[in-house]
Amino acid sequence: MDALKLETRSQRYLFRKATERFAQIGMVLCTAVTVFFLLTILGYVIYHGASAIDWEFLTALPLPAGETGGGIANALVGSVLVVAVATLMAIPIGLGAAIFINEFPSARLGRTVRFLAEVLTGVPSIVVGLFAYALVVRSMGSFSGFSGSVAYAFIMIPIILITSHEAFRLVPSSLREASLALGVPKWRTILGVVLPVSSRALLTGAVLAVSRALGEAAPMLFTAFGNPFWNLNLKKPIATVPLLIYTYATGPYDDWHKKAWAASFVLMMVVLFTSVLTRAFLRGKSHE
Amino acid sequence: MNGKPQAVGPSVGRFFTNPPARVVHHDVHVINWGDRLFYLATRALAICVIVLVVLLALDLFRGAWEAIGQFGLKFLVGTTWDPVARQFGTLPTIIGTLVKAFIGLLLAVPISIGSAVFIAFYVPKWLRPMISYPVELLAGIPSIVFGLWGLFVMVPVIRAVQIWLKANFGWFFLFNGPAVYGVGVLAGSVILAIMIIPIITAISRDILLTVPRPQIEGMLALGATKWEAIWKVALPYARVGLFGAVILGLGRAIGETMAVTMVGGNSFDLIHSLFDPVHSMASQIASEFTEATYNLYVSSLIYVGLVLFGITMIISLCAQFLIWRLSKGRVAVFE
Repeated sequence: MDALKLETRSQRYLFRKATERFAQIGMVLCTAVTVFFLLTILGYVIYHGASAIDWEFLTALPLPAGETGGGIANALVGSVLVVAVATLMAIPIGLGAAIFINEFPSARLGRTVRFLAEVLTGVPSIVVGLFAYALVVRSMGSFSGFSGSVAYAFIMIPIILITSHEAFRLVPSSLREASLALGVPKWRTILGVVLPVSSRALLTGAVLAVSRALGEAAPMLFTAFGNPFWNLNLKKPIATVPLLIYTYATGPYDDWHKKAWAASFVLMMVVLFTSVLTRAFLRGKSHE
Repeated sequence: MNGKPQAVGPSVGRFFTNPPARVVHHDVHVINWGDRLFYLATRALAICVIVLVVLLALDLFRGAWEAIGQFGLKFLVGTTWDPVARQFGTLPTIIGTLVKAFIGLLLAVPISIGSAVFIAFYVPKWLRPMISYPVELLAGIPSIVFGLWGLFVMVPVIRAVQIWLKANFGWFFLFNGPAVYGVGVLAGSVILAIMIIPIITAISRDILLTVPRPQIEGMLALGATKWEAIWKVALPYARVGLFGAVILGLGRAIGETMAVTMVGGNSFDLIHSLFDPVHSMASQIASEFTEATYNLYVSSLIYVGLVLFGITMIISLCAQFLIWRLSKGRVAVFE
């Protein structure tokens, strides 16, 4: 009798141990799959992109469809220009609203704005494009780089707002109180103490928003529209890198496909670089 | 930090030099114009955010008005999308969108939760960044790059799999479709799964890390194995938040545009199998909009955008509510 009990007990023990092992293996596999996808995507972009990239690609204008050679200089400059204007619009709104939410706590307004920001991050980028189209393109009468900036700004505002708000939350209130106790007015306390103390996290948020915008193609389809020529005029259609990748990847020419990989390589490098940079920033902060 | 903001600075500053009673009396009349102005400026910027959201909704309604007037709610159940005949109905693309998103979710959820549990409970703390960092990196890759990779690398693989499935299991209705395209529901679902795995993983990991250690340690002290502690304590404890993370992933999957446009196969017909090419709402807007030649056409596409906006809003609200309820706003959605 005792022996039987002992046996079932040890069987059960073995079963539990096996389950534990099985679960562990399953989880390792799950993680491996995720990391595998990252590595393959990264690997393909580097493999195809790095071989297609050269000086001409970065500095020349696109050649007429079907001809081999040429580059994407206009799209690189266009992307930077459109995103820069978007950043100029998004930072004041995002940062200002975040200051209001955190430094002037109000029963309803602050919470509503923060909540709306969270909701805004869920708006599909294509819908943002439609919005910019209805708001700017229709009233201006043509596709334009500026309408692209408006769309990008709309994507960036909630990111900047939320990251800034989180950054302000982490500033110890003793610092604010010390400044106020010295007789410094509240607005100068915010600008002179709260902002500098959280500057790293603020910058991280802004960089994150910029890198997110740089990779968005969907809102550019019917705002910035794309342009095979050199153009710095924001009132006219302008080429951007992500949209160019879409056009080239879905086009019929092998040379275009190569260029799409190379342009993706450039985008990926920007994303990787910003990611490593923001990480280094945040790590530096935790060491202080 | 409660109360009237502009009164805090001066009153605290003078508290030690003057008798309090007189200070209060004087301060009632002192207005700090710098503070007042700053307060109003930031308040205006905060209101700006609300105005933008209202403007977004209004603009979409205004743009879609003509199509709403023409088709009303029949637009949502109509199955013909024929620009030549001026007939627009978007049921096939709504179904296409939802099916792709749900299959994507089905593939992504087990992998994501598995990875999140592994990162949160099994990986030692010093090693954790080395494993969770690649996941976060994957979340940062632009959608267009996923699309490019999907189109040139993944679709040929999917095509081979589809042809094999059809040859061997073609009697099953899900596998009885045009297998040789490669692009279609299956390809769209797989690319969506790859894109939302890092999002669900990152949020789930943050949520699992909020499970109180004593809960798990108590279970371990009773003799449970680590897996039993996770399965019976940690996961039930975090289930609301995990559900929120999944819903958030669903929202991303439904609104995702570029990658799905490139590998989803763009057709306006109702789907009958896993291999049929079909538009998503987002890809429909993306690929048709610049070709829309008359107002009703444009308006119909904006109507599709409005429906898409509505669906993602509802999903996003649910997710925010669930995650917020659990973490009280402490979980970073951006990583």
